[in-house]
Amino acid sequence: MDKTISFKLNGEAVSITTDPLRRLLDVLREDFKCHGVKEGCSEGECGACSVLLNGEMVTPCLIPLGAADGQEVVTVEGITATEKGDIIVQAFADGGAVQCGFCIPGMVVAAYYLLSRNPNPTEDEIRLGISGNLCRCTGYDLIVESIKLAASRGGDIWKK
Amino acid sequence: MVTEDISKAIRRIDAVSKSKGTIKYLSDYDLDDYLWGRLVRSSIPRGIIKKINLPDLPEGYFFVSAKDIPEGGKNYLHMIATDWRCFADGDVKYVGETIGILCGPDKTLLEDLYEEINIEYEEAEPAVSIDEGIACKGGAFINGNNIHCSLKLEVGENVDSVFARADKIIEETIETGFQEHVYLETNAAACKKVGDKYQILASAQCPFYIRKSIAPVLGIKPEDIVVQQTTTGGAFGGKEHFPDVLCGPLLLAAYVTGRGVKMIFDREEDIEFSVKRHPSKVMFKTALDKDGNIMAMDSKVYYNVGAYLASSFVVLQRGCFHVTGCYKFPSFRTEGFGVATNTFPSCAFRGFGAPQTLFAVETHMCHIAEKLGIDPLEYKSRYFIKQGDVTSTNGRVVERVMIPEMLNQVLDASDYKRKSREYKYGSGRGIGISFYNHGGAFTGNGESAIIKAKLRLHKYPDGRVEILCGQTEMGQGFHSIMPKIVSRVLEIPMEKVVFDDPNTDRVPDSGPTAASRSTMIVGYLAEKAANLMKPRYDKEEEFEVETNYEHPEGYPWDQASFQGYAYLGYGWGVCVVEVEVDPCTGEVTTRGIWSSHDCGHLIDELIVHGQTNGGILQGIGWASTEVLENVKGHFKQTSISDYIIPTSMDHPKQGVYYVENAYRWGPSGAKGMGELVFNGSGAAYIDAVSRAIGKRISAIPCPTERVMDYMLHGHDFKEEF
Repeated sequence: MDKTISFKLNGEAVSITTDPLRRLLDVLREDFKCHGVKEGCSEGECGACSVLLNGEMVTPCLIPLGAADGQEVVTVEGITATEKGDIIVQAFADGGAVQCGFCIPGMVVAAYYLLSRNPNPTEDEIRLGISGNLCRCTGYDLIVESIKLAASRGGDIWKK
Repeated sequence: MVTEDISKAIRRIDAVSKSKGTIKYLSDYDLDDYLWGRLVRSSIPRGIIKKINLPDLPEGYFFVSAKDIPEGGKNYLHMIATDWRCFADGDVKYVGETIGILCGPDKTLLEDLYEEINIEYEEAEPAVSIDEGIACKGGAFINGNNIHCSLKLEVGENVDSVFARADKIIEETIETGFQEHVYLETNAAACKKVGDKYQILASAQCPFYIRKSIAPVLGIKPEDIVVQQTTTGGAFGGKEHFPDVLCGPLLLAAYVTGRGVKMIFDREEDIEFSVKRHPSKVMFKTALDKDGNIMAMDSKVYYNVGAYLASSFVVLQRGCFHVTGCYKFPSFRTEGFGVATNTFPSCAFRGFGAPQTLFAVETHMCHIAEKLGIDPLEYKSRYFIKQGDVTSTNGRVVERVMIPEMLNQVLDASDYKRKSREYKYGSGRGIGISFYNHGGAFTGNGESAIIKAKLRLHKYPDGRVEILCGQTEMGQGFHSIMPKIVSRVLEIPMEKVVFDDPNTDRVPDSGPTAASRSTMIVGYLAEKAANLMKPRYDKEEEFEVETNYEHPEGYPWDQASFQGYAYLGYGWGVCVVEVEVDPCTGEVTTRGIWSSHDCGHLIDELIVHGQTNGGILQGIGWASTEVLENVKGHFKQTSISDYIIPTSMDHPKQGVYYVENAYRWGPSGAKGMGELVFNGSGAAYIDAVSRAIGKRISAIPCPTERVMDYMLHGHDFKEEF
């Protein structure tokens, strides 16, 4: 049965009347055209669809829309529109983090989530921070290096 | 104008849009007016289709199958061979074989209808493994012997006469398993009639392959189909021929329904019903003299081809050409066999047959050395091939082989010699080393006889230059390095060079994006074209130049006998891996990975670095955790939860090195490298694990439980084979 679900999407109040059991992933992609949210595995394993739900990193392929009612959702589109997000994007571009690109929006969300909590992560902390995001192209090294670059370029910004 | 070395890294042109998620993959296109397509597939590995029971289809829903192929159309896909049927008709030969395509506007309803389809079969006994295929289990279904294809190569004195006077003969079998590509973007394609042509959108490596392959289904010309590649989220060979298997049924569905039809696989569907790397079995017989020197090496190479041949003979050929690895033996013979089984047809996967035989020869060489009590590095060093030496196809190595220089880099970085001395066999610590190569581009005269690549550069009045060729970007960075090559020659900013995803109506056929040929062959055509354009660039407003591939003279090849110069430029590699193995659980921790590669002159050091990291890790995954079993024709692992690829925490940061060895016929001296970097890490990893546990490992993948099994029941290095 359809229900009206209201939530905050990338800072904006939105609402939609639909089946609340639809996957949040589908609603973000199909109804709100957040195409940066990628579907890689549909089982919460690859992290390509990662978003922030009330500030926590989640995989919306496992979350019914109803769970977002009254909550706050931030996607890669929302993150990359901020100064912090742009620092990550530029560091990924300069650091060679990007190949086929399909896992990358999820990686950007993971990097943002990590740096927002830990502005100066060690190599091991970065590897742990992106361990829920699978990449088949890069072998991860240049993604890790790019996150280090984003940490140093951002400096105090990450502490705000 | 002083130009910087072309190796100096640039920003990839697609890096920002991919990071922001604004670039469009096929699933991001607005194709709302297209019907959804769902492949209806065989659920059994072998048998006769007795009856297809369809539910009542509501208006606007269609079931399209072989019977809908119009007069003049043919029920096959033209890959390299033409045996892969577009639709099973009468019988089925593997689980997942396409029987029909169900189409309709509502995806959920389509799924419900799909669940109601019931197909009745008369089941036959399948052959699944290489051994079952050879034994013709259930009766042969190909050529009376289940051998799809075979070849034989011999160098030097006949091995049988050498064996007769050998001091010792070592026989050993090395096996490798299936491997799934796991490109992060699953397969996706769409087809619609636009005007008088069929338009295909596809996540694919080779747009020209698709139109050639599927045109026979409607009995039309390839030119009646326009293929537009869409941003491709990884491929690794898995989108070389396989998109044809989606596009053939989509083409017929578009013809029958008069509508656009689209298909996007979900992950489970993609793992369960797509092509894989060929499992292999290599049986060596090696003759040694009284001092342990190799007098002759004989091998039989078996690849599990699956139900259809498709491109597999070429894969098998490459496998056999690489079975001598980086070595020169006084006498050598190999016989290769492509075995028919009732499994999903195997196809291209990074390395295209070379990784299996390279893994086999590297592992076999280690085991001989260890049996003789010699460090594997020292033993292998005795046989390194050099410039001018005879190859496995009786050609010669044309270029300088820089293995000694590469070896020094890796030995220094890894401290191999000390560790190899100090880590005792079975001590729980181990270090391993491998040597490997990869012949760049199509074999022999394939580039001139079959591919005949063409490239055009178009200059526009505003000074922009467009690169027109069929090469695709699939993550490897090609659409960034080509503008770099062209802009350097023309001395114009890179932003002035345009290179869009190819559309077969707009660009000439420059051959497939495969075989590590794009930079080496098509990049060279671009460099040549830019040189032709340069003197006219300032004088003429708008014009085009075209370049065609020309094979260098003096390097003959005979495709009938597989004799001559198979490859003019090889990439070369050395890899060292260090591990620690938990003596109680068998769990392996990788302590270090170091590699050095010769890919000619690097076009972009950062792109090459990224390719190296990814290839090395994919190779270690293949050798370690990536278990893909086939039980009675069904793949047992069908999701990323149970098919385990490496994560960011599984292996440490790699030490990556290169040597400079400019290639005569490559752009700025570059050679192919995309496959090379996959070819050797698995063998180095297994050498390390095997030394750590003090047991011979002769089959991969080797995940924790199999390491444990080897620890408990494996053979010591000193035992007889």
